[in-house]
Amino acid sequence: MKRLTSLTCYYYLIFTLLILVGVNTVNAAPAQPKQKNIILATTTSTQDTGLLDVLIPIFEKKTGYFVKTIAVGSGQAMTMGAKGEADVLLVHSQAAEKKFMTDGNGVNRRLVMHNDFIIVGPPSDPATIRQSKKAAEGFKKISMTKALFVSRGDNSGTNAKENEVWKAAGIQPEGQKWYQQTGLGMGQTLGVTAEKKGYTLADRGTYLAMKKNLGLDILLEGDGVLLNIYHVIEVNHAKWPKVNAAGAKAFADFMISKQTQATIKTFGIEKFGSPLFFPDAEKKIEDLGK
Amino acid sequence: MDIIIEGIKQALSLLISLDPEVMGITWLSLKVSGTATLISLFIGIGIGTAVALTSFPGRQIVVSLINTGMALPPVVVGLFVTIFLWRNGPFGALEILYTPMAIIIAQTIIATPIVMGITLAAMQQLPRKLRLQILALGATRFQMVWLLIKEAKLSLMAAVMAGFGGVISEVGASIMVGGNIKGYTRVLTTATVMETSKGNFDVAIALGVILLLFAFAINLVLTRVQQRERPR
Repeated sequence: MKRLTSLTCYYYLIFTLLILVGVNTVNAAPAQPKQKNIILATTTSTQDTGLLDVLIPIFEKKTGYFVKTIAVGSGQAMTMGAKGEADVLLVHSQAAEKKFMTDGNGVNRRLVMHNDFIIVGPPSDPATIRQSKKAAEGFKKISMTKALFVSRGDNSGTNAKENEVWKAAGIQPEGQKWYQQTGLGMGQTLGVTAEKKGYTLADRGTYLAMKKNLGLDILLEGDGVLLNIYHVIEVNHAKWPKVNAAGAKAFADFMISKQTQATIKTFGIEKFGSPLFFPDAEKKIEDLGK
Repeated sequence: MDIIIEGIKQALSLLISLDPEVMGITWLSLKVSGTATLISLFIGIGIGTAVALTSFPGRQIVVSLINTGMALPPVVVGLFVTIFLWRNGPFGALEILYTPMAIIIAQTIIATPIVMGITLAAMQQLPRKLRLQILALGATRFQMVWLLIKEAKLSLMAAVMAGFGGVISEVGASIMVGGNIKGYTRVLTTATVMETSKGNFDVAIALGVILLLFAFAINLVLTRVQQRERPR
């Protein structure tokens, strides 16, 4: 019987410890005043490049807010905003953003930065898109040669841009054998593309950040339609009273502040040899890329 | 292959240097999954024992439901918990979405049927006459249940390990309800997913190795407890 008792004690010890630990977790979590929390819904590219890891600690230190960054595709980010489940969005899907604004889901949409989309593929370039200048022309060649194209297929900003180019090329790729959709983020989709030696449309930032492992070349760049423009949008507080309007505004203001814009300008130079994003606060969309 | 060796090397160097970020992530994983397993033990062993020792109409359906629950996909749990915890959802007022608490809830839902199902099987395996014998010796109902639980201890420890293993390795629910927020809800599995999508495969492997090491250490302790009174 004695052995059993000591065993029971042992159980209790483990259990008590675990309970203490659990209670500790639960209490530590909402210690922040609730209006201190900001939910930032953003794209995977801002997280995968590491930009937010640099910017958010600066913002938190400066303002005392606590930012919960939820990195999803632009499509999902805007759905979260439209349901009032996020306070501020950092997204790159122009057409969807305009609809988001006209539906009254957001207030104050402001230009933050841009980089560009590029078409990457195997260095051997079986569809010979390297000679093309226009993205639509490149897509046409890919479809004609039936070279494998890997699509995000996840309703993200990059995916929206890709669909726009297919439309401009007059091609309906869905259902074709050479067209595959991953439903994954940019980083993983680039990995799949590299493995299958296919083509894909990528944002330059994520591509540069991952380049070392890929073995994919930039085959087409510089077309005006390939601009990748990031806006910060505050979710409409009037529509969703639980939205942290003050926090959202503080974050949006921070993103376009002089100091942040300077940080964006130099971000990535040291590690990747060239900047990943170009700061654009106060600029007009028409002037980008010139 | 080089990348795996590189990853293992990196795992060791992260552990030896006690890298504060990795330590924080590891500690959070253990806290969250440990708490979830603990809660699931109370619910799972409780209900599992009750179902095992009683008979009632529709019992087979309940048992089938519990056994199906053992295969609950974490992403589906994550999705439902997210919808329930949304600000504008039924439990929005609690404001626990994207907190460690939300991950504990989701993982508890995942672990409970596992613990319950194994408990159920374990208790049913005990000889029926044992119950009668215990009662005949004058034990109260509660004492009888307690003795039966002790009798099934070997299998119940397996339930603990299976439950803990299910949640410490789970990623779908954690990333959805926790949001993989740096320094707050980032656990070993969600960090591994993120590093993979960043293309930092060596770091991802390192995190995976650390996860396995800690899972091994915990199972070693649990196994020691389990095997101490192994019938010989």
